[in-house]
Amino acid sequence: MRVVIAEDGVIVREGIAGMLRHFGHEVVAAVADAPALLAAVAEHRPDVVVTDVRMPPGFSDEGLQAAIALRAADPDLPVLVLSQYVEQTYAAELLDSGHTAGVGYLLKDRIGEVAEFVDALVRVAAGRTVVDPEVVRQLLGRRRDPLGRLTPREREVLALMAEGRSNTAIARTLVVSEAAVAKHIGSLLAKLDLPPDVDDHRRVRAVLAFLRG
Amino acid sequence: MPVRNALDALTMRPTRFLTSSWPWRSLAYLTGGAMIGFATIVATVLLLAAGAVLSVVVVGIAGYLATVLSGVAVGRLERWRMRLVDREELPDPHRAPAAPGLRPWLMCRLREQATWRELGYTMISALVLCWMDAVVVGAAVFAPTTVLFGPFYNREDSLWLTVPLALSTPAILAVAAYPVTAWAGARAAMARALLAPRSDDSDAKLVELSRSRARLVDAFEVERRRIERDLHDGAQQRLVALSMQLGLARLELAAGSPAAVQVTAAQQLAKETLAELRELIRGVHPKVLTDRGLAAAVGDAAGHAPVPVDLDLRLDGRLPDAVEVAAYFVVVEALANVAKHSAATRAAVTAGVRGGRLHLDIRDDGRGGADPERGTGLTGLADRVAAVDGTVALSSPPGGPTLLHVEIPCGS
Repeated sequence: MRVVIAEDGVIVREGIAGMLRHFGHEVVAAVADAPALLAAVAEHRPDVVVTDVRMPPGFSDEGLQAAIALRAADPDLPVLVLSQYVEQTYAAELLDSGHTAGVGYLLKDRIGEVAEFVDALVRVAAGRTVVDPEVVRQLLGRRRDPLGRLTPREREVLALMAEGRSNTAIARTLVVSEAAVAKHIGSLLAKLDLPPDVDDHRRVRAVLAFLRG
Repeated sequence: MPVRNALDALTMRPTRFLTSSWPWRSLAYLTGGAMIGFATIVATVLLLAAGAVLSVVVVGIAGYLATVLSGVAVGRLERWRMRLVDREELPDPHRAPAAPGLRPWLMCRLREQATWRELGYTMISALVLCWMDAVVVGAAVFAPTTVLFGPFYNREDSLWLTVPLALSTPAILAVAAYPVTAWAGARAAMARALLAPRSDDSDAKLVELSRSRARLVDAFEVERRRIERDLHDGAQQRLVALSMQLGLARLELAAGSPAAVQVTAAQQLAKETLAELRELIRGVHPKVLTDRGLAAAVGDAAGHAPVPVDLDLRLDGRLPDAVEVAAYFVVVEALANVAKHSAATRAAVTAGVRGGRLHLDIRDDGRGGADPERGTGLTGLADRVAAVDGTVALSSPPGGPTLLHVEIPCGS
């Protein structure tokens, strides 16, 4: 997997690069600001991009804007955005910016869980959607009537679905059988009036769209 | 009692009063008053005449204008002169013009009440006061002089009468000092009443005061942003790097080994510290507020609240920074109060701009009985709103529901 990294903090940037190399991925460029990111992507055509939200020169949301621009220019380019603050607003802007390629929005802290982080990046590169549990928690925290009809277990499953987990991963996390997960999913999709879709990718989009109202 | 003005001086012991400078200063004050009064009469008549003659030409207006503004000059002279009989300096009631130059100055002066009060004073001074000054000064000077020089020019009365009278001049002077000083004191008091700044004039000062308060609020906000950025670029980055290094170290260690357990615990600590730091930074200054505005920031704050929150935010475009910051922290504080005290199961935030004011309602279905007297949450919130000239209204009957209504002028 060929990766471009954009992150202005040198320790974190080099750390991510080292960690990806450790797992056998190729870091083709590691840059420190948004213009350099756009240039590196144009030059290297990577399989996936990892970018911080806040970068020079404005220290505002240059990374996020660059990610959105990259997805607009190349709908097949998977992008994982890292942020010190997970806010629904930023997540929504990123998720709305494209519908085909993989996309991810994670709290920067998740880098510490090295294996999980690399796994999330691989899933994004494979075209999946990965959403930080914190964003999902915020979305679930909003009062929405149909959610009240879910059982606690169904809510747990819904949260993991919204994070972009596969049935297998959900089963592993909740320590239940995959068949049980499938049953919960069928039940909660019915309660929320969502189409029973086998495609993980389309399903997570539907769930997120529902949660965001 | 310290003697501050001519009227106070009258209460001094006669020996001290008569040897003090107060009678002489009073005399000087009244002489000046008479002279200024007569000069004003002459000047006003000339200016009005010039205005009348020249009003065919537009220049004539200047004559009338100068008449109106003569009060400003007289007022200024009077305030300066008053120090003769009043130790307490009289502040200038005028405000500074917004811009340099004659035109802004004229517009500013003509709009001020103080200008018209000064004109009134000038008229009273010219029509009444200066004549009375002249009479008092005249009497006070004329009577002793007449008596003193009586033996030289008075051929009709015998020296047996005029000489003892002349010798009594000091006594007459001593007696005359009292009405002179009394009139000077009374006149100064009148002038003070008309020429001192009034609360209406102090509108200017209030405006200046709230401007300086607004500057202070802005300064705090700039400082908070700086702190947020320092924490983000410094501590937060390093903690992320630390957590990552620990994660990498863990990869090298056999799972379940004592070292791996220690490293995992250390990493957990780093994660918790990061989470705490993130909450701290959000409290200092939320980045999304600067980047995306009030509606987005309130939406995210609602997402963080432990109680489910319904949102109805009708906010198009951005509001002034200070308004957004105040409103945001009001919502955060109010939602924190809901979570802490109300036992509510749901809350609602509505916001909209009507008539140039931001209206903000935060309600909950909790047990009510919120009391601004207890706890600092509500008063702190009111302080924050007051700093941007807003108002807070709270309705929280025992048993609920609680409604907090906030209005902040936003000039749009």
